[in-house]
Amino acid sequence: MMKRFQGLYYAFVYFFLYLPIVVLVVNAVNSNRYGLKWDGFTLKWFSAMLQNDGLMEAAGNSMLIAVSSATLVTALGGISAVVLYLYRFRGRKIISGLLMIMMMIPDIILAIAMLVLFILMGVPLGFWSLLLAHITFCLPFSVVTVMSRLQGLDPSLLDAARDLGASESQTMKRVVFPLLRPALFGSWLLCFTLSVDDVIVSSFVTGPSFDVLPLKIFSMVKVGVKPEVNALAAVFILGSILLVILSQFLTKEQQK
Amino acid sequence: MRINYRNTTISLVVGWMAVFSGIPLLLLLGVSFLQPDQQRYFLFNFSLTAYQDLLDPGYFQVFLRSMYYAATTTCICLVVGYPFAWFTSRIAKKYRIVVLVLLMIPFWTNSLIRTYAVRLLLGTKGLVNNTLLALGLIDAPIRMMYTDFAVVLGLVYLMLPFMILPLYANMEKFDHRLVEAARDLGSTGLTTFRKIIFPLTLPGILAGCIMVFVPAMGLFYVAFLLGGAKKNLIGNLIQQKFLISQNWPLGAAMSVVLIVMMILMLGCYGLILKRFSTAGRG
Repeated sequence: MMKRFQGLYYAFVYFFLYLPIVVLVVNAVNSNRYGLKWDGFTLKWFSAMLQNDGLMEAAGNSMLIAVSSATLVTALGGISAVVLYLYRFRGRKIISGLLMIMMMIPDIILAIAMLVLFILMGVPLGFWSLLLAHITFCLPFSVVTVMSRLQGLDPSLLDAARDLGASESQTMKRVVFPLLRPALFGSWLLCFTLSVDDVIVSSFVTGPSFDVLPLKIFSMVKVGVKPEVNALAAVFILGSILLVILSQFLTKEQQK
Repeated sequence: MRINYRNTTISLVVGWMAVFSGIPLLLLLGVSFLQPDQQRYFLFNFSLTAYQDLLDPGYFQVFLRSMYYAATTTCICLVVGYPFAWFTSRIAKKYRIVVLVLLMIPFWTNSLIRTYAVRLLLGTKGLVNNTLLALGLIDAPIRMMYTDFAVVLGLVYLMLPFMILPLYANMEKFDHRLVEAARDLGSTGLTTFRKIIFPLTLPGILAGCIMVFVPAMGLFYVAFLLGGAKKNLIGNLIQQKFLISQNWPLGAAMSVVLIVMMILMLGCYGLILKRFSTAGRG
């Protein structure tokens, strides 16, 4: 009795989570422009998407930002986690506290705080401002991912390296970095997703010269149904399925 | 010269956090106490104008409405997410991964695209109305877009994983032998829930509620796409003040109020946890 209820419950929640996504994917290959009824299979929306120069440019910009911010933030986050884990220094508590606040704070507040900073410092709004903002809002997530891996490590490994005469940089290169590799991959994937997904921070800190995907999509769907957006959504959904599978695969490796 | 690894990395991390997190937040606080100006965003004069403007009944209404949306969203997420997380914490480990991966896929898909998908469903000629019409449950399409219902549904859709994941993280550690012990000692289902399950999962409940409640008020694009221009959230107001009407001090003051609310909630979280942990021992 309980088992059946449980199964029904999962079915209900997943139905709610997946129905909108399935409708999008179906509409992406539906000839009917408004997706009101099924008019047969087509790939024309995908070619319309590829021919929409503005959309493709924005997609390219988003990928550029996501790849560069994920890479840089993983480097910075990895270093931060190691520093916070290994060293006792003044301000360590403040930094960890600040990271927690950054993770809890609504995106919109971070976004306007960054906007105020950029305007006051005279940083032009575009690629660089967006990159700095994305690195900053992804940073706590990266630190937490790497930190949880560090906390699971055997501290005696570091002592052993030191006893065997390894210098600090050798210990980092030969011991800490290889052990952290899965967590660094995890952090990269998470930050890449956060960056591609972000609407709020991007809408504040980018300028008209550098259009990114969420803003482009936002301005397109504001006015009505756009089948190219359905096609793009289908690509996105496929991408996130692949990413989730990849990240599961990596965490499994990590547990071994 | 050898580069000192320790000092270089420490200063990099501290410097980054100070310049891109600490200082911007302080600047925001500072701007909220300046005088608004149409041309240059603000003037460098101390002023409480922004906070006085916040008392305007129109803004107050938006605050109340956002809190109402966020609270409704949080309650629905909790009611839906609690059993979900509980069941997941009890099934065999190999199925758990499947359950969680299925939960994560929508979560990793662009949230704007998902909001747009909800819009496709709810339209007068959308799937929901068409299905209900075809089943003969309704005679004419129901207007669902641009209602409170649409906004809350969209928020629940986006925020549900943020409720389930902290709950699950907490319940994963739950010792199910406690429930058996209570049953053996003659406790009814409800008493077991009230005295054992609820207090022990409270940290997860509170963490989930904070993860949902505060961000929900900032999701301006959800309110815009599903609720139209009249169902504003605090996020929409802040966005308008910064990007459209250029009244930075007012937008900053609204953000300060949002931060204060978040701090108060975190404070309550700490207090409740403390009370429950000491009550448990006593």
